[in-house]
Amino acid sequence: MTELTASTETREVTGPRTGTAGPAAPNPRRRKPLGTRAYKVFRVAALVAVVLFLVAPLVWMLLASFKTNVDIYDTGKSFFFTPTGENYANVLQRNNYFVFIFNSFWVAFVSTALSLVLGVPAAYAMSRFTMHRSALVVLMARVIPGVSLLVPWYYVFSNLKMVGGFEVLILSHMFVALPLIVYIMMSYFDSLPLELEESAQVDGLTPIGAFRRITLPLSVAGMATAGILSFIFSWNNFMFALVLSGSKTKTLPVAIFDFVSYASIDWGGLMAAATVVTVPIMIIALFTQKYIVSGMTAGATKG
Amino acid sequence: MSVLTPPRSAPSRPPAGRNAGSRGARENFSAWANRHRKWLFAAPAMVFVGVLIIFPLAWTLYLSLTDSQGSVRAASDFVGFENYVTVLSDVERFWPAVGRTLTFTGVALVCEVVLGMCIALLLWRPFRGEKWVRVAILLPLVATPVAVGMMWRLIFDPNIGFVNQLLGMVGIPPQPWLSGQDTALGTTIFMDVWQWTPMVVLILLAGLTSLSEEPDEAARMDGANSFQRFFYITLPLMMPTVIVAILLRGIDALKTFDILYATKGKGGGSFHEVETLNVYAYGLSFDYNQYGLSSAVLILFFMIIIGSMWLLTMRKKAANK
Repeated sequence: MTELTASTETREVTGPRTGTAGPAAPNPRRRKPLGTRAYKVFRVAALVAVVLFLVAPLVWMLLASFKTNVDIYDTGKSFFFTPTGENYANVLQRNNYFVFIFNSFWVAFVSTALSLVLGVPAAYAMSRFTMHRSALVVLMARVIPGVSLLVPWYYVFSNLKMVGGFEVLILSHMFVALPLIVYIMMSYFDSLPLELEESAQVDGLTPIGAFRRITLPLSVAGMATAGILSFIFSWNNFMFALVLSGSKTKTLPVAIFDFVSYASIDWGGLMAAATVVTVPIMIIALFTQKYIVSGMTAGATKG
Repeated sequence: MSVLTPPRSAPSRPPAGRNAGSRGARENFSAWANRHRKWLFAAPAMVFVGVLIIFPLAWTLYLSLTDSQGSVRAASDFVGFENYVTVLSDVERFWPAVGRTLTFTGVALVCEVVLGMCIALLLWRPFRGEKWVRVAILLPLVATPVAVGMMWRLIFDPNIGFVNQLLGMVGIPPQPWLSGQDTALGTTIFMDVWQWTPMVVLILLAGLTSLSEEPDEAARMDGANSFQRFFYITLPLMMPTVIVAILLRGIDALKTFDILYATKGKGGGSFHEVETLNVYAYGLSFDYNQYGLSSAVLILFFMIIIGSMWLLTMRKKAANK
């Protein structure tokens, strides 16, 4: 190893031109200024630290959700305790969490589906006709603070007797989902080659026909990305539901928030509730990892 | 390509021929739709967003010029810029909230970008077990912020929290964290860093993988060490991506609401320790029904957001040159 390092160094001294151009040049990657082994050890340690930092809090939440409140207060029983399912039974039965789970799911599902119907063609038009200014209008929605929209919405919708219904919640969540979907799909359509559509049109399809029969089927991955992300954002949304949901349409984040307004905090129950809201979304995330990553980084690397 | 609009060369296709009588009308419509597809496609989404944004924004602007309070339906008088004067001279709630918003966003962004860059560099070259690290990175990112806030409330609890237990093991006395007047904001920043550093990592990693290898290799050939290569080659090349990350994360950090409201409740705690502009405006609107004042706060808040975005975009354009 050391000999190799030395040889590459002498090569550099004699002239870098031979080093880069020569076909027999040794792999330059092999020369590591920091000792390779020391760096490897450091890297593994750092990676373990990162994973611990990210996962440990979640594990703690999960552990606490299986503890009785007595055990939670007993610092000697941090990791060794008799697990109980009582918190989950309490949360799920007594507090009607199945209703909240359904509400969250329904609002997220419908708002995502409708946003896809509106957003995908819009993103297509904005990408193909480079309608930058129009795109800016839609993307403005990502920038505006939600509170400034909530006051007028609340006023209008309470006059229409719609506050507390699913329609308002879905509308407000679409407001988050639509810009996200337009943003992701625009960068997806930008990366699709034009030639396919053009040749489809030469073969006799109308432009809309080419969009429907050629572009849409090719965009399934992009739509999955946009749809999954918008579902997650809607599932996690708190502020809109806090104001606009009623007792029948309460979503999970609001239900969890209400959990603490009781006199003393039932930590076990609270952690069980927090687990109930996060675990479904994490399971979805595990199976759709690829899409989430590409959605989160959409448009980030182009100039 | 839009010039092409071919006359339907296969009109005998079954769906078109189903209703022979209206075929002409259908073809007319189809031709019309194809000619106007640009706006046909874009308009519904734009109208939806436009109605839901422009109308509320105009209304907020109007409300900010009135003394509306109690109920939006109650009669209110036009008071000109009085609300803005009140807000801008309010050194007890407004200016501290501006300070907290900027502190929260600034500190969180710096931590997230620096940490995110370190982690992205760690992950850059392939290694064994990469899959598991990537899963760990994804988990905080998708977790529901309110639930995350509750989770940290337990972990940072002064009496039973795990953090104070850990500190106790190394002999550091328990800290008040969220319940301390001076420590609460820092603790919420920590939560934000935990949840959103992964997003910065993902964005920077995408940027790193799209970099071409040549400049780095050339510098290596010229004998530059890793630090020199990072600061003189990789970082300048990554600047546009870093700015995108700051832009995306900054907008959300300025508007942070969920974890603050979930951990400290109304008014950002009894001493307004974590009351940022968004929490302040929310409280004015929905806890105290001071619509006129809150609208003025929101308009000012909006101007701060637009202003900082504009600054960053300018910076990005400069970096791209």
